Amino acid sequence: MSERPLLQKSGHSANLTEWEGTVQELQGLVSPRALSGETMLLNMGPQHPSTHGVLRLLLELDGETVVSCVPDIGYLHTGIEKNMESKTYEQAITMTDRMDYLNPMGNNLVYCLAIEKLAELDVPERAQIVRVLLAELTRINSHLVWLGTHCLDLGAMSVFLYAMREREMILDIFEMVSGQRMMSTYFRPGGLWRDVPDEFIPAVKAFIDYFPAKVEEYETLLVNNPLWIDRTQGIGVITPEDAIAYGCTGPTLRGSGVNWDIRKAMPYMGYETYQFDVPLGEHGDVYDRFYIRMQEFKESVRIIRQAVERLEKTKGPFRSQNRKYVPPPRSELGRSMEAVIHHFKLWTEGFSLPEGEVYVSIESPRGELSCYLSSDGGTRPHRVHFRTPSFVHTMGAIPKMSEGGMIADLVGVIGSVDIVLGDCDR
Amino acid sequence: MQTPLDPVDLARLSLKDALLDVVEFRGETTLVVDPQRIVEVCQFFRDTEGLEYIFLSDITAVDYFPKEPRFALCYHLYSMVYTRRLRLKVYLPGDDPRLPSVTSVWKSADWEEREAYDMMGIVFEGHPSLRRILMPPDWEGHPQRKDYPLGYEQVQFSFNFDEVNRLKPYAKE
Repeated sequence: MSERPLLQKSGHSANLTEWEGTVQELQGLVSPRALSGETMLLNMGPQHPSTHGVLRLLLELDGETVVSCVPDIGYLHTGIEKNMESKTYEQAITMTDRMDYLNPMGNNLVYCLAIEKLAELDVPERAQIVRVLLAELTRINSHLVWLGTHCLDLGAMSVFLYAMREREMILDIFEMVSGQRMMSTYFRPGGLWRDVPDEFIPAVKAFIDYFPAKVEEYETLLVNNPLWIDRTQGIGVITPEDAIAYGCTGPTLRGSGVNWDIRKAMPYMGYETYQFDVPLGEHGDVYDRFYIRMQEFKESVRIIRQAVERLEKTKGPFRSQNRKYVPPPRSELGRSMEAVIHHFKLWTEGFSLPEGEVYVSIESPRGELSCYLSSDGGTRPHRVHFRTPSFVHTMGAIPKMSEGGMIADLVGVIGSVDIVLGDCDR
Repeated sequence: MQTPLDPVDLARLSLKDALLDVVEFRGETTLVVDPQRIVEVCQFFRDTEGLEYIFLSDITAVDYFPKEPRFALCYHLYSMVYTRRLRLKVYLPGDDPRLPSVTSVWKSADWEEREAYDMMGIVFEGHPSLRRILMPPDWEGHPQRKDYPLGYEQVQFSFNFDEVNRLKPYAKE
């Protein structure tokens, strides 16, 4: 038992140098009151169940009031950007799924859009429609997990079970098209991995006929529930000016009444041809952000309904026919020598992109998800950088919203911002 | 709403020698500017009527090793009023890359700059708290640099752990 000298000697003077180092680290992060012992320092996380993963918040508390909140991230850092530099462009798609594990299709999409922009690669109409359809299904999927966990954090157990039940239907659709429930890697540069199977459209139709009634059910459970209103209204308020200054995007920004949705402002994948509304809040509190996401369920269903109609009418290729970037189908290999050469080149060396840099952004369920892609003319990305909404929200919005509030409300704030730590740390 | 103004023309007129180059590529405008005057340039793009790039989306650090100047920083600005983007780019030398911090212009630059410091070792002067953000505080080296080896786990065909550890690529020097 002689291994622990620190605790056996009296007080902090036991190992003064170590304590001084800690004080130096804390200076500038917390107020001097915390160092003198007037306020309390408390670690929330990284194992706290309401931090949605491995987020650590260093809280300075005056009683139950949060004086300051310093987020500490990086517990889930896996070096995805570094790893992508050592893979060919097509291999690297598999890494994007694993960033934001609730929005795999969206991550694939932003990366493929960046490649397509750099390569000036065309995407056939059928592929564009399927991409929009699946991106919106992913949004519903992500919002369902958000709804379930948010309610669970604030003490409403049953919504979680309902949300997971509906999510299962979406995951079955993902499995049907890609063979994978979560890490789908279904979008490829120039289109899709393969065409959607015949049973895809009936499955999606069954889902969009079934789902709106379920959203109504969630709403009857929550929207006018006095307990829910007490826990959410007027909590975690952020003004529109602050939301913009702190880099908030997506529902977190729209909760404060700023009308900015990238699908409307800078449309991609033909979003300008779909009819949908962007729900806006006005108070910038937890309730408004919650209510916006509930409306987004319905808007996503609206988009999916239009996409299904178009998909039934649109036949044609599901992937670009540009053989410099897209491997030929198996049937061509027996007939054409050129196809064999392309096949060999693309599956060994990979394609190379022209030198340059592009920046592409999409509206992910959480906000602006952007990909910066720089190429040096080789077959591997020179630099990939993802601007992820969770990273910005964790570092900026959560401290801003929680400071001055109660510690019990912090749980609601974290839930309402909807962070995914895989997205945050990459 | 005022009519949108062309950022390139206006920058040529007002920034003069702080503007070093203009690149148009795939419909994106990149303005290469002087790193030491980045704060002034950013304030100009944020506050000038007709431009109003009030939203900083992202700061990306790029390593062009072994070329010189080695590092580049891309500031991706967005104008909510005129719904358009602009990229400001600065080049920095390989030894001792440092430049002023733009946290006074956009609050959201705080953690983006910390990430660039952590991953690339670029020092931002005047940053309120320039610490590591993703890597542990006692980490050595800056992982996203091109001369930093990519670590991996060797498939263990042997239980001779000394041998396995010897072959692992650590960032030793």
